[in-house]
Amino acid sequence: MNFDFSDEQNMLRDQAARFLGDRAAPRAILDGKAAFDRDLWQGMAGLGWMGTAIPEAHGGLGLDHEELCVIAEELGRTLAPTPFASSVYLATEAILLAGSDAQKQTYLPKLARGEAIGCFALAEGVGAPTPKTIAVTVNDGKLRGVKQPVADGDVADFAVIVARGGGGLSLCIVDLDAAGVERESVPTVDPTRSHARIAFDDASAALLGEPGHGWAMTGEILDRAAVLIAFEQLGGAQACLDMAVDYARNRYAFGRPIGSFQAIKHKLADVYIATEIARSNAYYGAWALASGAADLPVAAAAARVAASTAYNLAARENIQTHGGVGFTWESDCQLYYRRAKLLSLALGGERRWKDRLVSQLEARNTA
Amino acid sequence: MDFTDTPEEAAYRAKVAAWLGANAEPRHAGRSYKARYGDDALLPLAVEWQAKKFAAGFAGITLPRDYGGQGGSRIQEVIYNQEEAGFVVPRGVYEIGLGMCVPTMLTYATEEQKQRYAEPALRGDEIWCQMFSEPAAGSDLAGLRTRAVRDGDDWIINGQKIWISGAHFCDFGVIVTRSDPKAPKHKGLTYFFLDMKSPGIESRRIKQLSGQTNFNEVFFTDVRVPDAQRLGDIGNGWRVALTTLMNERLAVGERPAPDFDEIFALARELDLEDGPAIADPAVREKLADWYVKMQGLRLTRFRAITALSRGQEPGPEASITKVVAGRKHQEIAEFGMDLMDMGGVCADPQSMPMRALFQDALLSSPMGRIAGGTDEVLRNIIAERVLGLPADIRIDKDVPFEALPTGVK
Repeated sequence: MNFDFSDEQNMLRDQAARFLGDRAAPRAILDGKAAFDRDLWQGMAGLGWMGTAIPEAHGGLGLDHEELCVIAEELGRTLAPTPFASSVYLATEAILLAGSDAQKQTYLPKLARGEAIGCFALAEGVGAPTPKTIAVTVNDGKLRGVKQPVADGDVADFAVIVARGGGGLSLCIVDLDAAGVERESVPTVDPTRSHARIAFDDASAALLGEPGHGWAMTGEILDRAAVLIAFEQLGGAQACLDMAVDYARNRYAFGRPIGSFQAIKHKLADVYIATEIARSNAYYGAWALASGAADLPVAAAAARVAASTAYNLAARENIQTHGGVGFTWESDCQLYYRRAKLLSLALGGERRWKDRLVSQLEARNTA
Repeated sequence: MDFTDTPEEAAYRAKVAAWLGANAEPRHAGRSYKARYGDDALLPLAVEWQAKKFAAGFAGITLPRDYGGQGGSRIQEVIYNQEEAGFVVPRGVYEIGLGMCVPTMLTYATEEQKQRYAEPALRGDEIWCQMFSEPAAGSDLAGLRTRAVRDGDDWIINGQKIWISGAHFCDFGVIVTRSDPKAPKHKGLTYFFLDMKSPGIESRRIKQLSGQTNFNEVFFTDVRVPDAQRLGDIGNGWRVALTTLMNERLAVGERPAPDFDEIFALARELDLEDGPAIADPAVREKLADWYVKMQGLRLTRFRAITALSRGQEPGPEASITKVVAGRKHQEIAEFGMDLMDMGGVCADPQSMPMRALFQDALLSSPMGRIAGGTDEVLRNIIAERVLGLPADIRIDKDVPFEALPTGVK
């Protein structure tokens, strides 16, 4: 039984924590005009993080997805304002999964070095995107329609698009600076992560993977990203818990630390419980992702549901523990509260992932 | 990460599995010894099974060889328990005695006493019980009032203990008493072990909400205990009691049914007004939440086992198990009955789904949230010992015990 990260992986965690602790500054993005922190991005690229799970033959470090999970947890803990999730967990994974040799050679080395930023465009406004609702089309290599919100769509170089065409749904890659692409930033509940509306008017796109198999591939990409984002959520939840515990120990009311009141103790014990449930499910997701286990769809959905539950709870109760000061603009409570909700919707909402989890369990029990 | 054993662990697991395979019946769904202490017919089976385990070298796996144990590691004990969970064996009768009482005795007793008592307990010939709780001392255990008064080389015990598992058949028991009511509550306690056949001990079965009788009240009237059977110093009983409570074994394998698997199976079997229950979005949402919790606890246990396997102490994460499992058990019981709708009130095992498992659990599950630490006490423990939040302000700490209000006024 070896169900924990190794000493080497924990060293990577410490290194990541030190690096990000000095530099990750989400508040500068919240209060400023930049879409993301380019200096931080360059620093992360210098450490090779974007290429963690990219094979050495394609310019990456050729490490395991478990290492990527360790980095993700620290990015989540520090709210690092970069397009890492879009470029690494989604676009890179899509190309690793479905790309032709030529596409891998074109994109992966640049992605590994952080020179190219990718994103993944699925949503088309309010409501869950499904095979019935997706309206963006790809015909004869031309994309038409509107995707929004697209995380990092305003800063990425290219996007992987889920579009109708090829006898069903297909994936394709589109250069976001090409003719026929109009994009603009859209405001979201979390300004530390930028999002865009992207309109395609006969923009040239290249198919990614088998035409007509886009929905199945989307499921696989989302499963992988769900595990990685679960680690960001886990890191964020733990940061909220640490913040709330620290405040409860040092804030005095009625002549005593508020953390000595059972109303606060029990609330924070429940946050701890949810965070540990999330941690254990995330670890299993990491194992399933890294080992290519057939159980990945179940493990990923469970990791995502547990992590979304824990992060939203932890962020909400962190503000509550802080009281009025937690509701001020200056308090960092808001940064986690915003990010928690953003991440729990990013790959589809909790309701949909719970449904997917039960569907996968039904399929597993029938098989 | 991987879920495989080290070569040593694999060899031990193979040895355990081979022995269990030759000596016990594999567990199949719906077939187990459900009752614990309440079922008197279970006792002789448990005695026989413990003797077999002892003879085969699987009793007292972590206890020293000098006293009849195996001198093994905690990971070996975990492996044994994992494997045993796959077989129908009469568990329960010895868990408190061998898991909590005997290790405490081994920590504080004289060499002569260890030689006398440990091996018969491991062999299963002598069964031990733990007598801590009282009518006015549950979560507030240090509020206990059973008196011990020194009389020459003996102590005289008077009072009442409650929620004692197996007192009516146990041979020996450990007990915490109040030896000095003038001292503050935690400082006037003294700990003993005693012969349950001593004159003046009377135990009565408690009929519980569920109708079962797993527990006893035990009354002490002028019970004489030699001072030689004191464990720890006079007035130091609280510390000894904490040793006992810390010896609770790493919970492995068994979880109370119905859990996720049972409610999932029920939802697939039952039809609601618009089709199968499993197709109902409200049902699916609850199933997902329970799966995540069930799997979360199972995997959290794997993290603790990993620490043991690496020769480390498990972290505090295992402290969440009971809080999550107790509440989940009760919620699943209630929801399973709700799916059965008006017919769900019936409790006849012959006609109800899963032999009325959900109805049984409705009535037994409140215990899981109280026994062995209430949900509230466990949350306090998580908050104070894991998260490091400050202790509550206490008004009962530096006051003579006899000056404190206790019980129900």
